[in-house]
Amino acid sequence: MTDFLFYLFAALAVAGALGMLLNVRNTVAGALSLVGTMVSLGAIYVLLDAYLIGVLQILVYAGAIVVVFLFVVMLLNLRQDDFGADRLRWTKRLAVAFGVLVCVELLLVVPRALGPAAEIPADFGGYRMVGAALFTDWVLAFEVTSLLLLAAMVGAVILAKRSID
Amino acid sequence: MVEKAVALSALLFVLGALGALTRRNLIVILMSIELMLNAVNLALVAFSRQWGDLAGHIFVLMVIVVAAAEVAVGLGIVIALFRNRESVNVDDVSLLKW
Repeated sequence: MTDFLFYLFAALAVAGALGMLLNVRNTVAGALSLVGTMVSLGAIYVLLDAYLIGVLQILVYAGAIVVVFLFVVMLLNLRQDDFGADRLRWTKRLAVAFGVLVCVELLLVVPRALGPAAEIPADFGGYRMVGAALFTDWVLAFEVTSLLLLAAMVGAVILAKRSID
Repeated sequence: MVEKAVALSALLFVLGALGALTRRNLIVILMSIELMLNAVNLALVAFSRQWGDLAGHIFVLMVIVVAAAEVAVGLGIVIALFRNRESVNVDDVSLLKW
């Protein structure tokens, strides 16, 4: 059952990614198929015992980040004829070749490095354990995050302003 | 399960990289970068499950925060660019290109 669910959501994730990649006509449809990928990945996180991360994935990625993308796409009102013919066709072929190469390399190398699976406690990946780790061992990273978000917020406001005075 | 998740992660990362390398629409390039970040998150969660170490989950949280900040700033740049150039085609914005 778990395997079946994994294959189902993996297929949905890859289909969503391909939909985003190959949909040249309509950027809104591309963003919506990216939502499919994000939600499927959230389900796969749950299958991998990362319950809190799965919820956050759907809340933040599918719920917030892609919505911001959709806002911008609709704000700019892009059409396909804004994009003329590509100038560099051979770079695309090169990119596909290198992409296949990297994928094969990763598939060959990484599974060998995994080693035996560790025993995990029952509430592994729940809010209790992740929260305890976040606010004890990783509390400095958590606090630095606030600085990053502040910088990003100020940067976005400055960038989107019409005139800086 | 973990091996399959890592394989899926590699596939999604390559798809995202291909999108960032081949598409000309700046918004689609940003979405492809999001896809690559998601693929890395999947690998981190899978390794975390394999080795029973929660550090991977914390890393994923940090990546999500950085991705949110990146989208806010990146789309701010896209809007400022569109205001000045009337275009989000990366071929029109090649001033820093070699």
